[in-house]
Amino acid sequence: MAVKTLTIDDKPVSAREDQTILEAAREAGIGIPTLCQLSGVANLGACRLCLVEVAGVPKLLPACVTLVQEGMQVFTNTERLREYRKMIVELLFAERNHVCAVCVANGHCELQNLAIAVGMDHVRYSYRFPKLEVDTTHEKFGIDHNRCVLCARCVRVCDEIEGAHTWDIAGRGAKSHIISDMNVPWGSATSCTSCGKCVQACPTGAIFKLGATVAEQIKDRTRLDFIVTAREKKQWVG
Amino acid sequence: MSQRIVIDPVTRIEGHAKISIFLDDEGQVSDARFHVTEYRGFEKFCEGRPFWEMPGITARICGICPISHVLASAKAGDGILAVQISPTANKLRRLMNLGQITQSHALSFFHLSSPDFLLGFDSDPATRNVFGLIKADPELARRGIRLRQFGQDVISYLGGSKIHPAWATPGGVRTPLTEEARADIKARLPEAFETTRIALDLFKKLLDKYGREAHIFGNFPSLFMGLVGPNGVWEHHDGTLRFVDSSRNIIADNLQARDYQSFIGEAVEPWSYLKFPYYKPMGYPDGCYRVGPLARLNVCDHMGTPQADKELSEFRSASGAVNSSFMYHQARLIEILCALETIEILLDDPDIMGDRLRADAGVNQLESVGVSEAPRGTLFHHYKVDRDGRLEFVNLIISTGQNNVAMNRTVAQIARHYVRGPKVEEGMLNRVEAGIRCFDPCLSCSTHALGQMPLEVDIVSADGEVIRRIAR
Repeated sequence: MAVKTLTIDDKPVSAREDQTILEAAREAGIGIPTLCQLSGVANLGACRLCLVEVAGVPKLLPACVTLVQEGMQVFTNTERLREYRKMIVELLFAERNHVCAVCVANGHCELQNLAIAVGMDHVRYSYRFPKLEVDTTHEKFGIDHNRCVLCARCVRVCDEIEGAHTWDIAGRGAKSHIISDMNVPWGSATSCTSCGKCVQACPTGAIFKLGATVAEQIKDRTRLDFIVTAREKKQWVG
Repeated sequence: MSQRIVIDPVTRIEGHAKISIFLDDEGQVSDARFHVTEYRGFEKFCEGRPFWEMPGITARICGICPISHVLASAKAGDGILAVQISPTANKLRRLMNLGQITQSHALSFFHLSSPDFLLGFDSDPATRNVFGLIKADPELARRGIRLRQFGQDVISYLGGSKIHPAWATPGGVRTPLTEEARADIKARLPEAFETTRIALDLFKKLLDKYGREAHIFGNFPSLFMGLVGPNGVWEHHDGTLRFVDSSRNIIADNLQARDYQSFIGEAVEPWSYLKFPYYKPMGYPDGCYRVGPLARLNVCDHMGTPQADKELSEFRSASGAVNSSFMYHQARLIEILCALETIEILLDDPDIMGDRLRADAGVNQLESVGVSEAPRGTLFHHYKVDRDGRLEFVNLIISTGQNNVAMNRTVAQIARHYVRGPKVEEGMLNRVEAGIRCFDPCLSCSTHALGQMPLEVDIVSADGEVIRRIAR
């Protein structure tokens, strides 16, 4: 496979041609913040936190779904990007009802960590305070739409790893929301195998183990990657 | 013309409030009111949340007594799961509540109220506070602060943080007691005992000096309510409810928290955000009852620990219940003593180091009431959930609320004794405030509710006619 050479933040980097800017940057030890990206499932480019600047390209490009190209000059940490990232995180907080203090994921939340990483000390936008439901109809798990950031990780792990495709996104724009099966309560979703991968995948406290209380929902995302690696590389087979 | 004196804000209490004193044509006090001016809304915004979250959410009602809410909420949750928690979980919850009683009572006595007794009700208000106390008696202030820290550390050892630990959950508790924590709590008990003894002796000596205050600070007959354990022993977490009258006759006993609506009514007045609970069989306002340390000492038959029992027999009047609200202070110290003795016993209990902590169950009951004795008195959490455990109804009856009628009577009684005409000395007004401090009210807790609450100011003439009404 052909190798491309490019610079990321003025650092010369070489990468395989099928690699994304995000992968190339991570291999080179350059961190780019992400939220919807999850190892083991396809990249979606939903959250826009990994936007980078590329010399000669007027628009910003999502690093998770943009392949490397020969001679590319990528900038991951400009003033403009920092400001946009902060703005994105603020908008995520303003969009739904995120109350860290009483959330099951407090202290173990990727959204919370991002807010700290981008230096969000307040939200400049008016909170929308939408009235959203908590679905606790499943016997083991619950989904609180107040805490959902629509990263679609649950949709992808359920479809790509478990193969059940219980989750989907319904609605458009601000009305987009996660649904189970054909928009039935989770407890009635016959496709759900109760495997719990969506619980591990969810970056916030939106999907949680029923009965979890404040700060108790610790998620282990390496398990997902582990399953995919085991399945694809079959290193223990034969 | 009639006049009104306003004390705003009332200081050295937890929360925001003001007091209005109404004067008649001769400048004599005709009435006084204690207005609670803050507003929360917990009962409404908790609707729709899974009940498992409630200990964590309701803990946020208060930074002083979050544990009381955590425990009452977890107990209501136990009821929804329909489980009996393990002996270890129960004893650990009790241990945490004793830590809470110790720290909150120490705060009330040393930080908030003792500046009045030790520096004097009439001393300079600029230094009549905990900093003035530190200057006047650094050793005592240090001891008071350390006693509070001891209680806080008991909480922190169990819950992982001093405030708002969502540690007790429906079905039990989250984490066990460690051997290290047990050893440290044990090692620090002697100092805590010593401080409590010093404070008790000091307060008893001061009673001679403040006989007048003790006599008129909310000294009136009323009912008292609190939990009692088996054989009428002092109780703070389990047990059943008992009402006694001002002569300590038991008027109702073995009441279950889940039936609270049959014996407690809640009245509303347009001039306060705080509801006015009353004992239903006697109506409002005749069914005025008090809760908290004084009430718990009046309702129980004995404390159940040797040192506290000795203090209780000294505390009790021969003729019945202790009716002066000023004696809440002494009751608080006796309760600290009892809490420390009980902590000592619990630390040696073989169950306390157990690892069966949390029962697992689904939604088995759609309605439940949890009760605990908060430092300030009996606390009820009443939940109704749907079959998936989402809250459809929340009612919280808070200890400070249950003292509301009594606090208003106390304010009026003190004002009548000390206020003569519109020109009032600061020290006199401080006594009115100090009357409120006896109850150690926690207004952040008690105004958790959502309800219709127009704000109204009435100016009332001597003949009872409303001469001016300002409303919004």
